[in-house]
Parts: sequence; C-alpha cells; structure tokens
Amino acid sequence: MENTKNKKSFSFHIIKREQTVWYKGLAIRAAAVLLALVVSGIVITLLTDKNPLAVYKSMWSGAFGMDIRVWSLFQDVAILLCISLAVTPAFKMKFWNIGAEGQVLIGGLATVSVMMFLGGKIPLPLLLIIMVVASILAGIIWAVLPAIFKAYWNTNETLFTLMMNYVAIQLVSYFLKVFVKTGSGVLFPMPEFGFPVLFGQPYLLNIIIVVALTIAVYIYLKYTKQGYEISVVGESQNTANYIGINVKKVVIRTLIVSGALCGIAGLLLVGGTNHTINTETAGGRGFTAIMVSWLAKFNPFFMVVTSFIIVFLQKGAQQVSTDFRLPQAISDIVTGIILFFIIGCEFFLNYKIVLSKNGKEND
Amino acid sequence: MATAAIELKNITKTFGSIVANRDVNLSVNRGEILSILGENGSGKTTLMNMISGIYFPDSGQIFIDGKEVVIRSPKDAFDHKIGMIHQHFKLVDVFSATENIILGLKGKDKYNIKESAKKVEEISHKYGFDIDPNKMIHEMSVSEKQTVEIIKVLYRGADILILDEPTAVLTPQETEKLFKVLRRMRDDGKSIIIITHKLHEVLSLSDRVSVLRKGEYIGTVETANTSESELTEMMVGKKISLNIYRSEPKDCEDRLTVENINCVSREGVKLLNSVSFTAKSGEILGIAGIAGSGQRELLEAIAGLQHIDSGEIIYNNPKTGTQDNLRDKTPIQIRDLGVRLSFVPEDRLGMGLVGNMGITDNMMLRSYRKGKSVFLERKAPHDLAEKIISDLEVVTPGTETPVRRLSGGNVQKVLVGREIAAAPTVLMAAYPVRGLDINSSYLIYNLLNEQKERGVAVIFVGEDLDVLLELCDRILVIGSGSVTGIVDARTTTKEEIGLLMTKGKGEEK
Repeated sequence: MENTKNKKSFSFHIIKREQTVWYKGLAIRAAAVLLALVVSGIVITLLTDKNPLAVYKSMWSGAFGMDIRVWSLFQDVAILLCISLAVTPAFKMKFWNIGAEGQVLIGGLATVSVMMFLGGKIPLPLLLIIMVVASILAGIIWAVLPAIFKAYWNTNETLFTLMMNYVAIQLVSYFLKVFVKTGSGVLFPMPEFGFPVLFGQPYLLNIIIVVALTIAVYIYLKYTKQGYEISVVGESQNTANYIGINVKKVVIRTLIVSGALCGIAGLLLVGGTNHTINTETAGGRGFTAIMVSWLAKFNPFFMVVTSFIIVFLQKGAQQVSTDFRLPQAISDIVTGIILFFIIGCEFFLNYKIVLSKNGKEND
Repeated sequence: MATAAIELKNITKTFGSIVANRDVNLSVNRGEILSILGENGSGKTTLMNMISGIYFPDSGQIFIDGKEVVIRSPKDAFDHKIGMIHQHFKLVDVFSATENIILGLKGKDKYNIKESAKKVEEISHKYGFDIDPNKMIHEMSVSEKQTVEIIKVLYRGADILILDEPTAVLTPQETEKLFKVLRRMRDDGKSIIIITHKLHEVLSLSDRVSVLRKGEYIGTVETANTSESELTEMMVGKKISLNIYRSEPKDCEDRLTVENINCVSREGVKLLNSVSFTAKSGEILGIAGIAGSGQRELLEAIAGLQHIDSGEIIYNNPKTGTQDNLRDKTPIQIRDLGVRLSFVPEDRLGMGLVGNMGITDNMMLRSYRKGKSVFLERKAPHDLAEKIISDLEVVTPGTETPVRRLSGGNVQKVLVGREIAAAPTVLMAAYPVRGLDINSSYLIYNLLNEQKERGVAVIFVGEDLDVLLELCDRILVIGSGSVTGIVDARTTTKEEIGLLMTKGKGEEK
C-alpha cells in the first residue's frame, strides 16, 4: 500500500559516526580549508572588487614574505602555543580556566618589575633567574586562588578566573601610572635586561623554550600518574572519589601547573620579546589559546598545528589590510570565515548526514 | 476475529548502524493484556516509543481499529487514545496528584482543580486505585507515583495503555495490587501492553505474549499454552537453565561488622538509621529493599565515600587477626590498612569506570599508584585487561576502545573483573545484573559464587527478589534507611521480604 502521508517526512538523518579513519578526517579538514578559501574569496570580490588570488598572495607574504616575518610568525606561534599548553591541563580536568589572559599579564608584570628594580644592580644571570621565579610565582598565585575557592567552596571558576583578568589589567595600569614618569605613559623597553640573543636571532630562545615545554606537557599528560589523575577527575569526579583520588588536591595542583606555564608565557612576552609591558601585552591570546587547545583535542603536538594556523591567519590578514588599504574589518571577516569552516568541519567529523529512503516511494 | 485495537505491520527503526526494530508485527485486541517480552536491548521500549509518538518509524505501518494512522508526537498518540506510562516517571514533584494529572490539558478543565479532583476520584474508584488526589508528588511512594501516571493517561481518555517495566520498582504486594487494577481495566475493554522481562509476571497477567530478540520479532504465543522454559528459549534463542547454583557456606567467620551506623544528608534527611549487621566470609549476604531506601548510602559508607555521623564499621583482618575501624577513613586509608575491599557500584560508567578510557586505563584506576615512579606503568594493567577479556569473554575491538562503546554486559564484566582481580576479602556489588541479558547475568552470579567459595564476604544488593532468594545465603531487608529484618534466604518467602520492605516506612509515619 502506498503511504503518501509519509512522503514529505524526514528527507535526511543526522547520524553519529562510529569512528573516523585518519585519512577521511584529514580529507574533511582539507576540504573545509579549501571551501573556506573559496567562500572568503567570493566575499572579498563582492565587497571590494579586488582579485581574491592577489589577496591570498598578500596573505601569504604577510606570514612568509621576509625572513623577519617568518621569525616573527614563529615567535607568535611560540607564545600562543605556550599559553595553549598552559590552559590544557586545566581544561582537560574540566576546570574552565578563562583567566589565562590575566595569568600571563601578571607573569609579565612580575618580570618587568624585576627588570626595572633589580636590573643593573645584580649580575644578569642572577637577574634572569629571579625573573623566571617571579613570573612563575605570579602566574601560580593568579591561577591557584580560583582553584582553592573551587576546591573548598565550589565557587564558579569561570567567573572567578574572568574577574582575575580585570584585576591583572588594572594592576598593570596602576604600575604604569606610578612608575612611568614620561608624559606618554609608555614604559620604555629595557632590552639590556632581557633574554640573551642566540645566533643573532632574538626570538630563538623563546622558541626553544616552547618546544621543550610542548614535549614536557605531552609527557606530563600522557605518561605520568599526575596526568592520569587529571584525566580521571576531568572525566568523572565520582570515579575519582571512588578510587580515592583527592580531588581537591588534584584541582589545586593542576592549576599550579597551569598558572606556572602562564607565568612563563608572560616571562617570554616581556623578558624575551617586548622588554616592556602595557595592558595589551597578552593581547587576547589567553582566550585564543582556549580555542587552540580545544581544536587540538588537548594534544600538545596538534596544538603546534592549530596555533600555527591561527597565527598565520592573523598575520596574513594584517598584511591584506595594509597592502590593499582595506579596513581591518575585511581581514577579520576572512579570518572569521576560515575559522568558522575549520571549527564547523568538526561536526562532519563526528556526524554524517544520510538521505533516508523513506517508505517505498523512493525505492 | 474482530479488528485489533492496534496493529503494527513491518515496523523498522534504526539508529545509525544499530537496528532497534526490524519488521516487527504485532496486534492487541480490545479487552486484552499483551506482554512484550525480551531481554534488555531487544527493542521493546523503542517499539512502544513509536506507538506513543516519541520516535517515528523508518518504515512500516500502524493501524488503529483497522485504519492506518501516522503518529508523529505524543499529542497524536493521545488523539488516538494511546497512553504510555514510562519507566521513569515524568511528574512535577511540588505539584499535587491532580495538578500533575491535568497539567498540559487544554480547555475548561484547566483551572477547575476541584472538578478535576472529583473526576480523578471517580477513575480511581472505578478501577480500584488507592490515591489521594491532593497529595503532593514528593510525599508519595514509588507505587503511588506510578498510580498517578496511570490515572494521568486514563484521565485523557486512553483506551490503549502501554506500561514500560511497571513492576521493576514495586514490592511483590504492590505488584499484585497493580495487576488487579490492570485486570479490571482489561475487563472494562481497555487494551493493555506491558513491557517486561520477568517471566512469572508474564504468565500470571497477560493473555498473549509477543517476544522480541535483538530487535527481531520472534513470535506471539497464548499465555495459557506456554511455559517459562519455552518463553526463555524464544527470548534468548537457545535452551538455558534458569537455576542459580548455590553452595553451602563453609568456614564462616565474621569479616565485617557494622554497628549502629547513622548517616544524615546535607539537607538533614536521615539516610541510614542505626544500621547493624555482620557480613561473614564464605557467604553471600543479599540486601533487598525498595529502590532508594539507603542501599547506596550503606555501601558507600562502608567504602569510605559517605560520611557517617555515628556508629562503627569493624573489619576483622584475616591475615593479622586485628580489628580495624573503617569509619571516617578515605578509600585510600582503608586500602592502606590492608583491607581488601572491592566495590562494584551501581553507576558503572559514572563511578566504577571512566567511560572515555579504554580497558587498560580502567584497570589502572585501581593500580596506578603502585611504585614510587612519577610515570605510569602500563604493562601490568594491559596484561590484566587482556586476561579479563579472554577469561570473561568480553566483546570489544581492543583494550584501547573506550568502555562506553561496549554493551552493558561487557561493561559490567570489565568492572566486576577488575574488582575481583584485586583478590578481595569483602566484595560489595550494587545491582550488578541491572540491564544485563540472561547470559551475562548468570556469568555474574557464577563469579559471585566463585568468590564466596574462596572465602570472600560477598554483599549483593539486588532488585529481583527471585534472584536474591536463589543466590544469597542470608538477606538483609532495608526500608527507609533502617534494617527491617535479616532472614535466611533458604527458608524465607517473597511475601515475607515484601512485607519487610515496606515496614520501615510504616513505622516512620
């Protein structure tokens, strides 16, 4: 019997994929990037009547055009990667630390204070050691406070870490107001107290440090007992209690690790890059890092790729707006479109759409 | 033969690659009780959800009184006078019975509580329900809540009632009462479909039985012409012995003595009320009671997960001969005392295991602390994982497949396997066969028996009284957080236990 009433019903189903083979996953991601480039090309042409190929070329040159740009690209990747590594243990534990921005900034503030007050008074190696210790301690304090409150009084860590960002920003403003005597309010860089320059490359040391940290965090999360405890607490606190993990202790300990890494990121930004500080030193990386970490599914080696993509897009987009005298907004639109596709393809990695053969009509 | 009240033809439903129902045919007549029998995961609930408008079939037809219908939503189902009583009640706690019953109704009944309450009483009187229309849901027992759910669908004029595992949460006495009501409704001309996996209920209540196995329709038989063993064979697909082996306990010594423990929840509700008992080595102590009577709290108190306000838990260490008090000790402290306590909790994936981890990593939960190294040692847990997979015939693609992808029975094998591998002296298991098919259930019973014969003190919290009576040596009955009796499982009856189950509640009021 013909079942006409059912004819118009569900024409497709969304079905969860059991497992995605790696090459399929790669193909889906590559398709997403390609599609993103095509769509943003169309948007650029429609909005500006510029040739999209020229725009992409300028994007490429923004990232790889000159030696100095390549170095600066890798430097930015290193910093973003460092902060992403920092937030990862906390997020893996389902502790929503959105305070990396503040933790980085306060690490930077500690560094700059040491440079300013002790610089020139003690030997440089000793100064560097104090900078490292101070930045790590500052980052730890900023991260561990919300953790303690979370562990003992179950406060909301998202709000708490967010608020701590503002405190850090205000502290930096206050610091600049009090200690910068010039009218501009800009703290003059102090490269003489910064990191040593290796092989004539000012950023090389930063990059080496971050490479080492990437490997260390990978090992910490995957092969140590503490890393295992982080996974268990993140997956199920009930299970953690059941097998006798002290959840409070793990939460606090993990945020100490997370905060210390953020402090190091602040150190790299101030001691190894800018040699000065302002309220924009962290530059929103504390939030971008969350995306980097999630997109990489908390795997430090994948984070190298995701942070690279994001920094590449930012650099390229800046170049596009300079080359074509387009407003900054255009480059933001392009970045937005590309990220939208990259994140959106995650859906297709986890689900597939199947056209249903409903009833007998379609047979 | 008269036209069936409801008839299903070739109903198929798939979820991804899983076929929940394939070409299922069945029919119910007016004034008939039909049982749908099948193991967990055989697709009974999915099938009924398609009649009640929660799912939509991929293909197939539904006829009501001979006319083809399309049911897209629970509202459509109500329009066709179909009402479903779900396993998990959908009631608002802070509303009264009547308010819950008329909730969501349109028209003039909406604001006239008094009028509605009267109608509710009429319905209860007609079928012999026992309910106070003005009682708040949160003050009700499970069986009263179920009554409200049944009246809710009758109030909406349902002629076809579907009950999903209605007896799972009831005592034997409450079950008998429910059956009486259902028979009265049948005599009144209603069609009743009851989903169950308990054979004796099927035989005592229904007129016909339809059997599903792994989503496939196996067949329908007249209850009068069938037997438990025939139904089991239809359900499982092969002949199976339904007797649980029980050995005589030997060399019993007191292993764990619980003395007068009291627990109060954060909200000030008394969870455990002066509970005392002794678990002996070499025997299985069953714990029976209505769901939520304090079984979980009791086991968690022993395991060091529940704060105890007063009382003692004394463990007699068979190796050293010392007595240790486990009260207010954390699970780690208990283990450090040399107490070999294994615990199979009720919530397998949310507490006993980590769903997103593979079997190896789940084995590590118990053992990862071993050694001073900061690094994990994966070799031994991996070997244990392989051993459990082969010994207990766990079906899994590999040791690294997340355990949440495994079927319920396999998940439980992994959990029980790990807990037994720790060579316990006390083994506590909460509802270890819930949701398991018959074969897996018997495997678990055998494992518990094996432990008993090795001299382990086994504590088994169960819900099926028939199983408790067959498996255990002694049965402790708990009601509203109090021990209402400890009986010899070999001499007691289901009725006696049923009475004890409700006793604690009566005293409280």
